[in-house]
Amino acid sequence: MSLTAFFSIPHITPRAWHVWRRNLLVFAKTWQVNFFPPFVEAFLYLLAIGVGIGTYVKEIGGIPYVNYIAPAILAIAVMNSAFFECTYGSYVRMYYQKAFDAMIATPLSIEDVIAGELLWGATKSVMYVVIMLCVLSLFGVMALPSSLLVIPVAFLGGLLFAALAMCFTSITPSIDALNYPSFLFITPMSLFAGTFFPLALLPPIFGYVALVLLPLTHIVAVFRMFTLATLSWTILLHLVWIGAVTVILCVLAINLMQRRLIV
Amino acid sequence: MALVITARNLTKSYGTLTAVDDVSFSVKKGEIFGFLGPNGAGKTTTMKMVQCVSPRSAGTLRVFDLDPEKYPAEIKQRIGVVPQETNLDPDFTCEGNLLTYARYFDIPAEVARQRTDELLAFVQLKEKRKVAIEKLSGGMKRRLILARALVNNPELLILDEPTIGLDPQARHLVWERLKMLQAQGSTIVLTTHYLDEAARLCDRLVIMDNGRILEEGAPADLVRRHAGEEVVEVERTDTVITCLKGLDVPFEVAGDAVLVSTDHAHDLARILLERCRPRKMLTRPATLEDVFLKLTGRRLRD
Repeated sequence: MSLTAFFSIPHITPRAWHVWRRNLLVFAKTWQVNFFPPFVEAFLYLLAIGVGIGTYVKEIGGIPYVNYIAPAILAIAVMNSAFFECTYGSYVRMYYQKAFDAMIATPLSIEDVIAGELLWGATKSVMYVVIMLCVLSLFGVMALPSSLLVIPVAFLGGLLFAALAMCFTSITPSIDALNYPSFLFITPMSLFAGTFFPLALLPPIFGYVALVLLPLTHIVAVFRMFTLATLSWTILLHLVWIGAVTVILCVLAINLMQRRLIV
Repeated sequence: MALVITARNLTKSYGTLTAVDDVSFSVKKGEIFGFLGPNGAGKTTTMKMVQCVSPRSAGTLRVFDLDPEKYPAEIKQRIGVVPQETNLDPDFTCEGNLLTYARYFDIPAEVARQRTDELLAFVQLKEKRKVAIEKLSGGMKRRLILARALVNNPELLILDEPTIGLDPQARHLVWERLKMLQAQGSTIVLTTHYLDEAARLCDRLVIMDNGRILEEGAPADLVRRHAGEEVVEVERTDTVITCLKGLDVPFEVAGDAVLVSTDHAHDLARILLERCRPRKMLTRPATLEDVFLKLTGRRLRD
């Protein structure tokens, strides 16, 4: 496969939304169970890290510790919900349920199917963030109304992590092998992307690596500006980085999946 | 007569392996057309190219006069597929599977509901409407897949091993339904390695092996051409074999029997009985199975 084949522009039709809708319907059938994790997660993080560690840390750069980590909790939720949906979730649908095979026997193309899966991953990020935003607002750690801007960025960030996940799904030899990106990439990222402590604490080289390679760094930075109502022009750089990487990963994910599924 | 599928020199290769090797065939509107062959003959690969999910390596292929590589969505809108593997959506009920599938064809919800009712009745699953997929028996699942393939009122129905693993009752139901669909004007293409199924259903069929088409024709014609009218089966002993060789009669060894194809079974049987003195012998009409084994051999495939 030549390099251009990895980045050829996919032909996606509005039929992709049928795939999205299928996943939404399945999700809605068990909505009580599905809405439980973000609700609980927001509480647990805020209490254990925010209040617990916050008792000792007090504040970072003049910001109460609880308020400092609140946007990170949201950003990690964006990452996890989309990433796990489009790794384990998509893999189960593709490999065990043969759902993609059934779909491409209809007018849906593989591009449509994968685009639908990515849109669904991003939608899941948005739903989780909305729930957590409500919980965190009750604790008074979200500046309003600027924090509401988190929601559209959650969709974009969700799309980014969904596409990243789909790239791994397209090359994984088995469902177990998906543990590698999950534990070697996603879990460390949730700790070292300026989430619970500033990047400035690390040796400068790590800071640069985080800015160049870890998508979560940019999402946390943007979220923090919104939830603390401290906007600066640097938000544009973060958004451009997120947007560009999202486009590249989406195109790559669809091409890789085509390579895997077209025989 | 209008042609629904035309394949000329169709080829599919994976690296050095040629799964479908230069095959040509055409399927006419309204007929039931069969692909027969042992495992690995290239039947499913051929189906996948017709279904627009697998690009061809060489040759030309037209479905409804359209090129599958240029107009996949247009073609797929008009065909129904029963895959070999059961890939129903386990997250939905019987009804939910049909409704969800209908959406993939952009069928309006109201039409889809009506169609779902009709189809559940058609495959006798009306009382299972709200039942989860995992609660269905194997036969029910295959019937539901048939219903799902019909959700878009397809002009062409493609079935890959439609009755695999079904009990005799369910097989007969599927056969009867396929005949009904043909009577309503559908064109049906199926693969099978049940020869009685092919003989019963197909107007025309091809026998494939190692990616090539060995023979093509109506089942009865193929039987007449390759196996004669009747077959005499004689027990397999050295005496019988020596005797047959002495009489210069062509024969074939199959397990514990020796088969002789003939158009005059009675006369031949009398001669054999007198000259070779077998303890066991029977005469029967020739079947598609005789043709199949003659053309593809008796070697076991995997």
